[in-house]
Amino acid sequence: MATSAKRGRPGVVLTVFLLIIVGLYLIMGLTKTWAPKLGLDLQGGQTITLTATSENVTPESLELARNIIQQRVDGLGVGEATVAVQGDRRIVVSAPNVTSDDLVELVGATAQLSFRPVLQSGAGTGPSDDADAVPGLPTPAPSPEPSASADGPSVDNEQLSIDEVLAYTATEEDLENFANFVCGDTVVDDPSRAIVACDDEGTYKYLLGPTAVLGTELDTAAYGIPTGDLSYVVTLSLKSTGAEQFKQLTGALLDKTSPENLFAIVLDGIVESAVEPQVQITNGEAQISGSFTADSAASLANVLKYGSLPVSFEPSQVETVSATLGGEQLRVGIIAGLIGIAAVALYSFIYYRGMGIVVVASLVVAASATYAMMVLLGSAVGFSLSLAGIAGAIVGIAVTADSFVIYFERIRDEIRDGRSLRSSLVSGWEKARGTIIISDAVSLLSAVILFIVAIGSVKGFAFTLGLTTMIDLAVVFFFTKPLVQLLGRTKFFGEGHKWSGLDAEHMGVSRDSLLGRRLRRRTPVTHDVTATQTTQEA
Amino acid sequence: MSTPKMSIAHRLYTGHLSYDFIKHRRQWFIVSGVLVVASILLLLVRGLTLGIEFTGGTDFQAPMKIEAGTVDAVRAQAADLTVSDLEPQVFSLGETAIRIQTRTLDTEELQTTRAEIAQIAGVDSSEVAYNAIGASWGKEISRQGVIALLVFTVLVMLLIAVYFRDWKMSIAAIVAVAHDLIVTVGVYAAVGFTVTPSTVIGVLTILGYSLYDTVVVFDKIRENVHGLEETNHTYSEQANLAVNQVIVRSINTTVIGIIPVVALFVAGTWLQSAQLADLGLALLVGMIAGAYSSLFIAAPLLAWLREREPGMVKHREQIQRRAERAERKAAQREAEALALATAGGPAPVETAPRQQRRTSGSRAERKGRKK
Repeated sequence: MATSAKRGRPGVVLTVFLLIIVGLYLIMGLTKTWAPKLGLDLQGGQTITLTATSENVTPESLELARNIIQQRVDGLGVGEATVAVQGDRRIVVSAPNVTSDDLVELVGATAQLSFRPVLQSGAGTGPSDDADAVPGLPTPAPSPEPSASADGPSVDNEQLSIDEVLAYTATEEDLENFANFVCGDTVVDDPSRAIVACDDEGTYKYLLGPTAVLGTELDTAAYGIPTGDLSYVVTLSLKSTGAEQFKQLTGALLDKTSPENLFAIVLDGIVESAVEPQVQITNGEAQISGSFTADSAASLANVLKYGSLPVSFEPSQVETVSATLGGEQLRVGIIAGLIGIAAVALYSFIYYRGMGIVVVASLVVAASATYAMMVLLGSAVGFSLSLAGIAGAIVGIAVTADSFVIYFERIRDEIRDGRSLRSSLVSGWEKARGTIIISDAVSLLSAVILFIVAIGSVKGFAFTLGLTTMIDLAVVFFFTKPLVQLLGRTKFFGEGHKWSGLDAEHMGVSRDSLLGRRLRRRTPVTHDVTATQTTQEA
Repeated sequence: MSTPKMSIAHRLYTGHLSYDFIKHRRQWFIVSGVLVVASILLLLVRGLTLGIEFTGGTDFQAPMKIEAGTVDAVRAQAADLTVSDLEPQVFSLGETAIRIQTRTLDTEELQTTRAEIAQIAGVDSSEVAYNAIGASWGKEISRQGVIALLVFTVLVMLLIAVYFRDWKMSIAAIVAVAHDLIVTVGVYAAVGFTVTPSTVIGVLTILGYSLYDTVVVFDKIRENVHGLEETNHTYSEQANLAVNQVIVRSINTTVIGIIPVVALFVAGTWLQSAQLADLGLALLVGMIAGAYSSLFIAAPLLAWLREREPGMVKHREQIQRRAERAERKAAQREAEALALATAGGPAPVETAPRQQRRTSGSRAERKGRKK
């Protein structure tokens, strides 16, 4: 059996296990990540939970909404903001270091889709090397108070008439803006003015006339391969006002020369597509062809169809934590954790004396394994440590320490049953093993269920609780147990020194019995002096 | 000499010191029943103080030096905020921060109010942390919490039933857990602590913890009742021995479990982290209740359930018959001994051999019956 093999070589098991932990730290060293990713409640930042207002949301539209929101958030240039789908109708936006209110407005806002004539085009700066600068920065939807957006010109929401749009020629100022524009600069999508915008890769930049057709005029959009054709097209149909505007726009563009014969489809300040009309579209049913792949056709159709978010959301929770408050919470969490570990260690030393060394060593090993896992999971799967996560880890200390208690008390029970210390170390483990597994299984089960079902901070708690429980299992099996067996070979522990926590007197057995020098008794010591005295006391 | 603590542990283990948990179950069931009923009554009468996470609302926190009168001053100023019907509630958070709770705000109202609170506190608007919760959020959390509870209960009952191959253990364990939950919630109602998602976390963790303790007790019971039919012991006796044997372990695990939780609670209260304090309190109450319920409710209930089985009834009748037979023999011997004693024999040495003979006698009888 595997156990009997292990029994012979606790040193090997111990060494391998410690090497694995050292390996974890080596990986940390190689990736140069020494601290876990902190949740926004610990480092400061904003978390917005958006919940779809309707009960039934398809996973596709939720994912699409996530993409649109991700683009917008990236556009704000706030760094490592993450947008994640949670459950079947929620999207969580987490933006570190953001404490302003722009984000809330931005993520829930309706996207600005517009059709604009192209006045000039040119090469963009290409995909930016700077990871922070994301091409095509959209702005928050124009707020009722224009002054709220301090940077950029004030936004006038009025759309010009189609004649005015077509009559618009680039001014000196427009050309200058165009020349100076670098993809990645902020674009204020003002329908009444000319704007400069880039495509989503920053390869081309365009000077665009005022909005000819608003996205709200779009009825539907679809994509597919028409009968008798070979390549994908995107079809769109417009509402009546839009159809009329579109008719005039396409009619006028036919007479123009490149690049002024194009119109651009602009979403949130990004040119999704620049299209050259082949004929005048009179019925509001347009077909855009080009070198589409299935994916690019689908994505353009989606952009058109869902210029606004495919589902309407309401912010159900907005949490903003300032960096100061976050740092404070982290400090409190760490203090609580350290006090917890220290107090458990102290108690173990008082109660288990020498065996307290095992408790402390195991706790230290468990803590360093947990820390390494948190750091590595942070870079691998984006795990971030939240305050609830710290709480989970603190409760994890309790779970871990519990396993030792079960093990040690089992050893003591075995000794009280008249076994020798050395055989108790082995048989105590065999009996404790099942209990440790089943109780950790219960703990793990609750962590898994919590993680699957729960939302918000509860999830982070469940994750760390589950993590620490699994680490506890590993530590007890591959560290604590072999360590105890090894210590059992030393004179101090193996012969039950007074301070070892395993001495004969405390166990209420004779020294001979402890060292296995006597035949095992069927019944526990009944003649023991202590026992008789205390019975009388009781 | 050994310390008194150690000898208590030892005496409990060997059965020299034993408290009859099983026999006194009625008394403990009454105690627990009273606790549960009181908790439910408290819950109905006083209700729970729900945090804004459940009711919807906005919670602002701004750094501010708190001195005597600061809170009142802020309260007066908060009443004059631009947004109407804010229903602001003002608290201090330690000595360094002020906390203002209002009704649910829309984005615009939120911005205005945040800026004004920043002004009151004399800090930049970005320093004002807030947590805005929509009205439907709480319903959602509660619903998810209830789902988690149900799924957990079913799975844990299955797990225990499979592991111990005894569904009665599942029932006893779940009853004990339900007790812990109700009492914990009762304490919240009594103290008037605010129920937050942290509380929910705590309460759900209690489930796991309480079961953990119960599982340890049941594990020992299973060990003790192994081959019960062959012995002179009843299920209750063996269960009781198990409870007495694990009580030290149970106290130890609970103490060690509670230490970090107390640290959590103290650090949370002392340094004004409501989240940690909430979690700490829920866990603290739940863990104590959990340790109590596994010893005083789960084990006695299990024994009671098992003793009602026909096999156990038969087993008890057998023991009874054996005992009566042994009693008669003993009486006979007693008479003989008395006769001997009057003749000057050494009477006191009798006790030990008599016990031994009783056992071997009954075993012989059993063998005889089997044939």
